[in-house]
Amino acid sequence: MIVAERKSLDEILAMLQGCSRVLVVGCGTCVTVCMAGGEKEVGVLASLLRLAAQREGRTVEIGEATIERQCEWEFVDELAPAIRRYDAVLSMGCGAGVQTIAQRFGGVRVLPALNTKFIGIPEKQGMWVEMCLGCGDCVLDRTGGICPIARCSKGLLNGPCGGSQGGKCEVSKDTDCAWQLIYDRLASLGRLDLLETEFAPKDWSKNRDGGPRKVLREEVML
Amino acid sequence: MKSRSNLERVLAAGHFALTGELGPPQSASAEVIRKKAEYYKGCVDAVNITDNQTAIVRMSSIASAAILVGLGLDPIMQMTCRDRNRIAMQSDVLGAYALGINNILCLTGDHQSFGNHPTSKNVYDLDSVQLIHMVRTMRDEKRFLSGDELKAEPRMFIGAAENPFADPFEYRVVRLAKKVAAGADFIQTQAVFDIPRFSRWMEMVRGRGLHERVYILAGVIPVKSARALEYMKNEVPGMSVPDELIRRMEAAGDPKEEGVKIAVETIQQLREIPGVAGIHLMPMMWEAIAPVVAERAGLLPRPAPLAAGLEPASGGPSEGA
Repeated sequence: MIVAERKSLDEILAMLQGCSRVLVVGCGTCVTVCMAGGEKEVGVLASLLRLAAQREGRTVEIGEATIERQCEWEFVDELAPAIRRYDAVLSMGCGAGVQTIAQRFGGVRVLPALNTKFIGIPEKQGMWVEMCLGCGDCVLDRTGGICPIARCSKGLLNGPCGGSQGGKCEVSKDTDCAWQLIYDRLASLGRLDLLETEFAPKDWSKNRDGGPRKVLREEVML
Repeated sequence: MKSRSNLERVLAAGHFALTGELGPPQSASAEVIRKKAEYYKGCVDAVNITDNQTAIVRMSSIASAAILVGLGLDPIMQMTCRDRNRIAMQSDVLGAYALGINNILCLTGDHQSFGNHPTSKNVYDLDSVQLIHMVRTMRDEKRFLSGDELKAEPRMFIGAAENPFADPFEYRVVRLAKKVAAGADFIQTQAVFDIPRFSRWMEMVRGRGLHERVYILAGVIPVKSARALEYMKNEVPGMSVPDELIRRMEAAGDPKEEGVKIAVETIQQLREIPGVAGIHLMPMMWEAIAPVVAERAGLLPRPAPLAAGLEPASGGPSEGA
C-alpha cells in the first residue's frame, strides 16, 4: 500500500490561511488502511480545524467527505456537487489523490494534508516500513525477495557497503542492513551463488529519471 | 604496467608498499595541502586524497590530487559513488588523468546523513563494483560505459576498499572477489585493530587465491587517545576494536607515544601475514605522525620515485609479489 503521514496541524493551518470554507476529503483505500487519511482521520482533522478557528474567534465551515479512491475519476466525480462551495479542498489522500482532484476540478484550490511516504507494509501495529521504490525494473528474483533499491540506504546492487555491522545499517541502528537480510535469505535458500556475479549498472531510465512514467496497454484501451 | 603509477611500480617490483591518507581542508587553501604533503614526501609511495569523507564538504579530491602531482607525489584520487552519476564520474576520471593523476580508489562513500549536509540527495547511480568495472573498461577496452569509443584512455591504477570487520563476515571475501573480477588492481582495507579477525579474513582471501590477483594493503590508524579508540569502537560503523587495546591506551602515561607503538606493532604483525602487500596509513588529520610511524616500523627509506617520463617494463601482481 501507499503509506502516508499527516502533516503537522501548524503546517496545515498555515496553508489554509484566509480560507473560511474548507472541504476535508478522505480516501477509503491505502491511507485508510495506514490510518492517515480515512474517514476517521478526516473527522479528527476537521474537529482540530474547527477548534483552532474557535480559539482565534473566526467562523469557519469545515465540510467532511470520504470517497472510495481519490485516484480514480469515477469516485472523484462524487465531489462535484459540493466542491465549488468551498474556498479550498484539503485532501487527505496520497499525492496521486491530491493531483487527481486538482486535475478534475479546474479553478479549485486543492491542498495536501498528508506527506506521502512510500510503498510499504505495516510491520507491526503502528509501524510501517518501505518495501518498494517503483523503480520500474524489478530485481527481486535475484535478491531473495528483498529489495536492495528500496531497503539499502544507498540502493547498492553488489552487496553491503563497509558500514554493515551486526545486521544493522550504518545510517541507523534501528534499520536492518538489507544486504544482511538478502545474504541470510539466500543462504537459507541455498542460493548464495546469486551473490557471486556482478550486477550490471541499473537502467535508471525506467525509474523516474526517465521523466514522468506512463504505462500504456492497448489491449485494455477503449 | 597498466599505468604510470609509482604505487604500481613499487608493488610490481615486489616491495612492501606504504601509502598514506591526506584529508583536504574545509576551505579553498592550497597551502594546507602543500603543508600536509610535506609529511609524506619520501615517506610513502602514494598518497590517498579523500573524497568528502564522512560526507563533510572539503576541497575536491581531484583538485587536491592535482596539487600533489605538482609537488612530485603520486596521488590516489578517492572517488565515491555518493555524489556523482556515471556521466560526472567518467568526466572526472578523464580530467584527473589529464592532470597527471594515475591512481583512483573506487568507493561507495559514507552516507550523507553523517555529514554537514544531511538533507542533501545522494546519487548512487553506480555502486563501487560498477565504478571499478567502468574505469577498467575505459582503460583496457578504451570504451565509455555507453560503449562509445574513447580515443585517449585514462591509464589509471585502480584501487578499491574492503572492510574485513563489516558484516556479513563470510560475504566480505565474496565482495572482494567481485571487485577483483571487476578490475581492481589494489585493495586498501579498513583500519586493522583486530588482528585475529583480519587474519581469518586473509585466510579466506588466500583460499580463493585473490592475494595473487590483487595487491592488498592493510589499513592502520595511529591513535592519539583511548577516547579516540572508544569512539571508533562505538560510533564508527564497521570497526572492530578489542577492549584490551583501549585499556592499554588508558593505562599509558604518554597516550600519543603508546598510539605510535601500537601502530608500529600492528604493522609488524600485518607484515607477517601471507598475502599482505603493504600498509595504508590513515592518520585521521594527524598527518605529521606518518613519517614517525614509517621510520619506526622500518619502512624507510621508500624506493625512489621514478623519474618523470620513464616507464619500466610490464609486470603484474603474480610476477611482483
